[in-house]
Amino acid sequence: MQEKVIRTRGLYQTFPRKGGSAQTATHYCPGCEHGVLHKLIGEALADLGIQDRAVVISPVGCSVFAYYYFDTGNVQVAHGRAAAVATGISRSRDDAVVVSYQGDGDLASIGLNETMQAANRGEKIAVFFVNNTVYGMTGGQMAPTTLVGEKTETTPDGRDPAHCGYPLHMAELLNQLKAPVFIARVDFSDMAKLRKARSVIRKALEIQRDGKGYAFVEVLMCCPTNLKMNAEQAKKFVAERMEAEYPLGILRDRSDEVAPIHRCQRDYSKETLDKIFGLDTDFAPDAVIDEAAPTHALKMAGFGGQGVLSMGIIMARAACSAGKFVSWYPSYGPEQRGGTANCGVVVSGHPIGSPAVSELDVLVAMNRPSLEKFLGNVKPGGLLLYDDSIGEVTAPAGVRALAVPALKLATEGGAARATNTAMVGVMAALGGIPVPDAAYEEAIRNNFLGKEKVIPANIAVFHHAKEWALAQSL
Amino acid sequence: MNEEKLTFSGPHPVINALECKACTRCTLVCPKHCLVLGDELNARGYRFVKYTGEGCVGCASCFYACPEPNAIEVHIPVAEKKTEA
Repeated sequence: MQEKVIRTRGLYQTFPRKGGSAQTATHYCPGCEHGVLHKLIGEALADLGIQDRAVVISPVGCSVFAYYYFDTGNVQVAHGRAAAVATGISRSRDDAVVVSYQGDGDLASIGLNETMQAANRGEKIAVFFVNNTVYGMTGGQMAPTTLVGEKTETTPDGRDPAHCGYPLHMAELLNQLKAPVFIARVDFSDMAKLRKARSVIRKALEIQRDGKGYAFVEVLMCCPTNLKMNAEQAKKFVAERMEAEYPLGILRDRSDEVAPIHRCQRDYSKETLDKIFGLDTDFAPDAVIDEAAPTHALKMAGFGGQGVLSMGIIMARAACSAGKFVSWYPSYGPEQRGGTANCGVVVSGHPIGSPAVSELDVLVAMNRPSLEKFLGNVKPGGLLLYDDSIGEVTAPAGVRALAVPALKLATEGGAARATNTAMVGVMAALGGIPVPDAAYEEAIRNNFLGKEKVIPANIAVFHHAKEWALAQSL
Repeated sequence: MNEEKLTFSGPHPVINALECKACTRCTLVCPKHCLVLGDELNARGYRFVKYTGEGCVGCASCFYACPEPNAIEVHIPVAEKKTEA
């Protein structure tokens, strides 16, 4: 006799990512219906033959580890950000079946904005929204969906709408938007409703299989642990109290009317990316790994308007064209002029982990506040270059300090405003960064594209300042 | 995973006692009341559900109501199709 066997599909058979013992069981509490929803989603993905196209997004909350279970692509995202990440995945892989799995704290509280915006754009996502009226993972605090009068850890006398407002109806809120294709609310409180939920879940995933747009399925559940209920009480709570607040049903189904959405073909080839970022030139070669080469951390700081950010860009571009790994990281206030600005530049022989610079090989300070702020960060043996208008400076022991008459050098070179270019020339002379003059010249040309008139003077300032610096004794 | 021997001629659930967490969602939905929560403990310290041995109609309600992916299966005999010549 042959047998038909009804068993779990679409989920892994064992859960090694979970680690520890019991790698065949979920991490969910006894009686929690997350497992039921996992099984229904997995079964539909398997039946529809779309597991290989599917990316399931795990949220923050009890289902943070959904990626232990779904035999699909998986991404786990920051709290509430599933809709944003889902958008990115969907738009970069047009054939992806994107499934976001989120709880009420994640979707309806911290992620409310992303949720509404993604729905309003009609992104191709199947959203499974678990509404169990509490924050489960953190211990049963009030959620946006907590019922009026419902006792939670943070509403010990029951939710008082005068103080906490009313339960948020996500399905109805989203139903005000034009773009969503399918919106439904289901629960598992009896078998008829569970079977209805099964077909609704399948429908939401069929819409993704066909690329038709946004599908939202709210699933009412009870958290048996935090609401201190057994399975029977939990089913009753869902069927009687939750359904009274959150009526079940298909609020919208436009799946027969809408056509598949086709996004344009994406091209992530290096050639295309280089072109987009203007790197398809001889002056932006691929960086060459040279583990023996020292890493230089540079900081340039001054008033907004003194050109410290451009100074950093010229340094970074020059090093880039010399085949180094570089980063440029600006920091500035909200003021257009007169605020403080600085940038950190890292030049290295290997890939750069962090563009933040804290221990400096070179500090260029264009004014006293910047000098005072960053002087303590210069390494012993490091180089301090400061504008001579700052006046007397006492450098820490072991730091080589040089007052640079930047305005004088720039004026003599033919461009009085190019004090930042003068500093680049001094750094080129004394900074110990292995970059040839031609690379600096090219970086200066690049920096002043569209202002070709000033290029020769800036190059002259660079060379004049470099010669001046080489004549100084430190 | 099957701890119980397949000795049933009709449809029947196959319960993996180790995976049961004793939530009783399956016993609550079984229309024939043929699942019961036993008193013994499994290796993880939970009581587990057992099939009484008769009454199953293969509706699979227990499978769908069960939150644990590996705790319960439903086996339904099907008549072998005659192979066409």
